[in-house]
Amino acid sequence: MADMRVNLLGHTLNGPVIAASGTFGFGPEYADICDLRVLGGVSGKGLTLNGQAGNLGERLYETPSGIMNSIGLQNPGVRHFIQVELPQMKQMGTLAIANLGGATIEDYLEGADLLSASDVDMIELNISCPNVKHGGAALGIKADTAGDATAQVRAHCQKPLIVKLSPQAENLEAVCKAVEAAGADAISLTNTFSACAIDLEKRRPVFNNIFAGLSGPAIRPIALRMVWQAVGAVSIPVIGMGGIATGRDALEFIMAGAACVQVGAASFADPAACVRITREMEAWMDQNGVKTLDEIRGCARE
Amino acid sequence: MSAVCCECRVLSQEVLAPDIRLLAVEWTDAAHQPHAGQFYMLRCWGADEAPFLSRPISVHAYENGRLEFLYQVKGQGTEKLARLTAGDSLKLTGPAGNGFDVAGYAGKKIAVVGGGIGTAPLYQLCRELAAAGNKPDFFAGYRDLPYALEPFEGVCGKVAFSTDSGKAGHHGFVTDLFEAGDYDLILACGPEIMMKNVAKKAAAAGVDCLVSLEKKMACGIGACLGCTCHTKNGPKSVCKNGPVFDAKEVF
Repeated sequence: MADMRVNLLGHTLNGPVIAASGTFGFGPEYADICDLRVLGGVSGKGLTLNGQAGNLGERLYETPSGIMNSIGLQNPGVRHFIQVELPQMKQMGTLAIANLGGATIEDYLEGADLLSASDVDMIELNISCPNVKHGGAALGIKADTAGDATAQVRAHCQKPLIVKLSPQAENLEAVCKAVEAAGADAISLTNTFSACAIDLEKRRPVFNNIFAGLSGPAIRPIALRMVWQAVGAVSIPVIGMGGIATGRDALEFIMAGAACVQVGAASFADPAACVRITREMEAWMDQNGVKTLDEIRGCARE
Repeated sequence: MSAVCCECRVLSQEVLAPDIRLLAVEWTDAAHQPHAGQFYMLRCWGADEAPFLSRPISVHAYENGRLEFLYQVKGQGTEKLARLTAGDSLKLTGPAGNGFDVAGYAGKKIAVVGGGIGTAPLYQLCRELAAAGNKPDFFAGYRDLPYALEPFEGVCGKVAFSTDSGKAGHHGFVTDLFEAGDYDLILACGPEIMMKNVAKKAAAAGVDCLVSLEKKMACGIGACLGCTCHTKNGPKSVCKNGPVFDAKEVF
């Protein structure tokens, strides 16, 4: 049996699959559906300092092999999270990762201060949400703003810091390098792809914000290309995600050099997807005599 | 109680009207028994097949391991469900949602009001109310002809219906069929405009009213926040905090 554990930022993950932010609640929602201890961790719903109600209008729209969403960072706020949701996350038997977003840099910094004083295992800095007007993806488009936001949060963050990047980055490799230089411990990518849908009967965009974030298998080959580029650009760990729905998909990201993966939209099509994908990876490794992910990580680049 | 996910066997599927099906499946998980107003995410196609999302369908009836779904064939997902026959299997995630708190309604005079396929969860509701010794009156509105209406006769007091076309029953709105003031509590499910009118009628008479909402859902268990309803008490997930809400909170 292959050893599925992964070392990441001072922690030993139970497995290579982390549930991606925004698709898995804070984790306990899935406790009776799958064995959460198989997961490497859960990245909780994106938080903002004071919480927010999220977007009005349509929030979901199915596409071929994917889904568009415009949730708009609906969340209970950092303090509520620390008091209510985090203690439940800490009972899951897997890493509790706090995903932190914000509208202003001040909100990010105060959120990072509060989370640093909490029991969260890692912080994933979200500078890539496409569905909020301020902060969010705007920071992740250009290397200088991404690096500046990372540096400021780094100074307030006492936890391992993952920075989650946007596929809308103007120059992805430059953003990766800037974030690494600013002190990020790891990079995760990609967040959803900016996309559009129009309701023919209403003759209007489906979403109030016109554009929404596309995820699911439809984006996987593009996300894999971006993960490949990120791995080539930096020497810190890269957490790969984007449309992973099977163990084979996940292994592609590992062979491209990802330290581990996150699984998001696949949990909607199969609520036990994170565990199933781990098992499928393990089965492939066993069939191919691969004992640890270290043996194949980045092998496609050699 | 949280939802579970498992493969279930189809017991039967009946065509009740051109676009209405009654699907019965085996649900043997005694630790997770569904009750009125709850729903399941249904999927009889692969995780890698279209449509991407599973389909939320309310519990029409549940008894002795037999779980029934009454649904309207409307798109890609329900068309696939409609092709199921006895012996096939499908994946269910549930039971999900809060449901109707039948035990909390003891001693109240209740009207149950449905519109079209919104009558689907109301049969189990009337059954549970009747079993608790509190037979409700049932009023339903349909576009053209009623369907799945006869079983209500056995578990309700008064049963009446209206149609938009006037082909059968009262020609008009379901709200024409009852006086809200005759009841302590009105429970409704149907098109939003119908529920709003029922709620308005209830409010005018000072009668409590609960409504069961419908939204597109991705996860069905409160994880994705795709089905949020902006209520007077802040954002609520229809799948987890609902689908049953106090009408005053949502309209």
